[in-house]
Amino acid sequence: MNLSAPDFGHEVRFGMDTIANMGVFRVRKMDRVNVSTRREDGQEPRFESHERTYEPRVSPSSANSNKAIAAVPRWVDDRLTLAKGGKTFLNKIFPDHWSFMLGEISLYSFIILLATGVYLTFFFVPSGHMVLYHGPYKPLWGQHVSEAYMSTVNLSLDTRFGLLMRQMHHWAADIFIAAAVVHMCRVFFTGAFRRPREINWMIGLTLMLLAIVNGFLGYSIPDDLVSGTGLRIAFSIFESIPIVGNWLGYAVFGGPYPGNGDVIFRFYIAHVLILPLLILGLIGAHMGMMVYQKHTQFPGPGRTNKNVVGAPMFPTFMAKTTGYFFVIVGVIALMGALFQINPIWLYGQYIPYKVSYAVQPDWYMGWLDGALRIMPSWELHLPGHMIPNVFFPAVLFPGLTFNILYAWPFIERKFSKAPDIEHHLLDRPRDNPKRTGLGVGVLTFYFMLFGASSTDVLANMFHVSLNTVLWFFRFAVFIVPVIVGFAAFQLAHEMKEGPQDLGKRKRHNIVVRSAQGGYSTIPVEGRPGDGHGEPEPEVLNPEVLHPEVLHPEVLGEPLHADLPL
Amino acid sequence: MSDPRYADRTSRPKTVERTIAVCFTVSLLSTVGFAATYWQTGPDMLLGVFFAMIFLGMGVGVIAWGKYLMPQGPFVEERHPLTTTEEDKQEFAEAFGRGADSIKRRKLLGKLFVAVNGVFAIALIIPLRSLLGAKTPGSELYHTNFGKGTRLVTVNGEPVTLAALDVGGAQTVFPEGYVGSATGQTILIRPQTTPLVTKPGRETWSPAGYLAFSKVCTHAGCPVGLYLQEFKELLCPCHQSVFDVSTGATQVFGPAPRPLPQLPLAVNSQGYLVSQHDYDEPIGPGFWSRGALWNGHNS
Repeated sequence: MNLSAPDFGHEVRFGMDTIANMGVFRVRKMDRVNVSTRREDGQEPRFESHERTYEPRVSPSSANSNKAIAAVPRWVDDRLTLAKGGKTFLNKIFPDHWSFMLGEISLYSFIILLATGVYLTFFFVPSGHMVLYHGPYKPLWGQHVSEAYMSTVNLSLDTRFGLLMRQMHHWAADIFIAAAVVHMCRVFFTGAFRRPREINWMIGLTLMLLAIVNGFLGYSIPDDLVSGTGLRIAFSIFESIPIVGNWLGYAVFGGPYPGNGDVIFRFYIAHVLILPLLILGLIGAHMGMMVYQKHTQFPGPGRTNKNVVGAPMFPTFMAKTTGYFFVIVGVIALMGALFQINPIWLYGQYIPYKVSYAVQPDWYMGWLDGALRIMPSWELHLPGHMIPNVFFPAVLFPGLTFNILYAWPFIERKFSKAPDIEHHLLDRPRDNPKRTGLGVGVLTFYFMLFGASSTDVLANMFHVSLNTVLWFFRFAVFIVPVIVGFAAFQLAHEMKEGPQDLGKRKRHNIVVRSAQGGYSTIPVEGRPGDGHGEPEPEVLNPEVLHPEVLHPEVLGEPLHADLPL
Repeated sequence: MSDPRYADRTSRPKTVERTIAVCFTVSLLSTVGFAATYWQTGPDMLLGVFFAMIFLGMGVGVIAWGKYLMPQGPFVEERHPLTTTEEDKQEFAEAFGRGADSIKRRKLLGKLFVAVNGVFAIALIIPLRSLLGAKTPGSELYHTNFGKGTRLVTVNGEPVTLAALDVGGAQTVFPEGYVGSATGQTILIRPQTTPLVTKPGRETWSPAGYLAFSKVCTHAGCPVGLYLQEFKELLCPCHQSVFDVSTGATQVFGPAPRPLPQLPLAVNSQGYLVSQHDYDEPIGPGFWSRGALWNGHNS
């Protein structure tokens, strides 16, 4: 044992008085070394090797309660013979990584959307019929508004709990799609879309497409000035499609728009029934496939392309994910309570000749709005026919975007030199610098388009002319992604070639003071979840999960419930 | 001593358990607060905060429970191979072949069956025409309700006289009888008091300096709602297309591909502003057959 003071290469800070009193410190060696002042019980490491034997310690009371609990699955199995599948499901192993939670955010936001949405249907009147407003919001008195608009104002301002539900619904929609996009980025940059998961990648993309469309439909049906203008633009986009454009636009909107109220009811039924059903079904397929093919995992000790390493479905993953669901509901509820969103009573009823200034669509339409704005003023004239300007940024461009995304797993497969095998181990972004560089570049492109959807706001904010801002974006949209993409490629490339443990979490050390006053460090025993020195993964033994076979010094004695429950 | 894979991930399980208990208690109290706030008609924001706290308390508590007081592993599970045996594949193919053979033997029936389904699929498209509603795409794409001598009226339906606007003023007008019309919406501007010839051939279109342009943007159909008096420009707030009024609302900036159509104005015998005839081109954004000659007529 080295008795001189260890050289951490870092500054070690702790007070002299604590050193004098304590023999053992747990030191986490990171950029800064934090010294925990918690004293360990002697010099014993906290965990013994799993090879030690342990003796079941069964107390009569816990055995009894366990019997009662065990009767439930037995009762179910006697009727539905679920034991085999149920056992597999409960013991299913889930790999753990923060990035695997992104899809969960999306899923849980969707559940919130369903719940809040159902509540809203009790109050919303999906009708374009115009009435004279004399409801509780006095500034609108005497104005002609549609029943859709009036009911939305009333459920916001005159129904207790209504505004919270509506704002939660809107925030949840924004978060639903945001989480889906980030989740998709995670899948892309880690190569999780590769064989055998190409189909699930495509299902995921379809979900995103449906989510974006349903988001647009949802914020369009209150028939307010901002969303009505958005619908007018959408109608123009339909009209711009060659040959069938007008007919398609009329068929979708129920006639020319603006000029008919049918569109509210049509979009309502699509928004609350047709698209949610499709989304729900595809989410089922998305997750069913994930369960069947099992989750991917990052490389690590004991992790191979043929296994899954992690925590069991029940109770660990179940508890974490249920708690996570509650937290997401809580955060969205907090946003709904504190952050105003889409206050349509301030915008007013949609009237075709009125328009508001500095309005943007919801964030997920921003890239399309940006593309519409920076498109040069061209259109294609053919003898007797034409292809309008908006066709290129609003039909062709998103069409290309999604088609390339759908085809991406196959495109990459074609250009990849790696063998065509199943991939269950994820790439880190650095492992594939070309994919990472390309992905970052393309993402930057869409970010820049998103920025371009605020040309007017940016011009006002920075006191520059609209012309300057527009011309900046017309070029920057193409130049910036090349620069950023190349930088990402270079960074990934250098990290790949660099030291192996670059960026990894450092391991804890125990600082020991000897009787002579020297110091030395001993790396701590691995802990579960601690990427480096965790114990060897082992096959789950469900028997051991029973509390009675675990020792209280590990589990801790439960607190006694004194609550009169 | 026990296996760390099954052990709590904390050295102070009691502290963790107490913390979780506090979280659940917060949740419980928030539920009471929520109900009380609703009952007592308290502020909506408080109602929402209590509602959030119910879930946040439960959520944080349950996550901590799962993270610190439940086995974390790592456990390992083998993946089942995503393939089937050669035997299964063969039997699957045989089963399919057996059925397919008995179908293929009756060639006429098979072809007829395919034909029935194909025709039915096409026939299904026809009723979709009902979705078009009362109107099929037609004259409203090419014409507005402005005709010869149609009076211009304000949003209140009042006819517009030569005294309607001061120099620099702008106003939304409609063809008489069609106030609020989506296609007939027109922006009336008066940059000067003398006739302003925007393009050759439009010498008589601007009595007393009044100019009228379609308010529907040629880009994506938004109302071109902003008149920049200083520059004599019209700006569309949706995608920032700018039109120069004095040259006939030609597009000078942004994505709009065409000028705003100009409405030829005149003054009738009673002194009201009227249109000489309809716009001489379809208003608004482009569509496939925009260039086609429209044979229908408009009264």
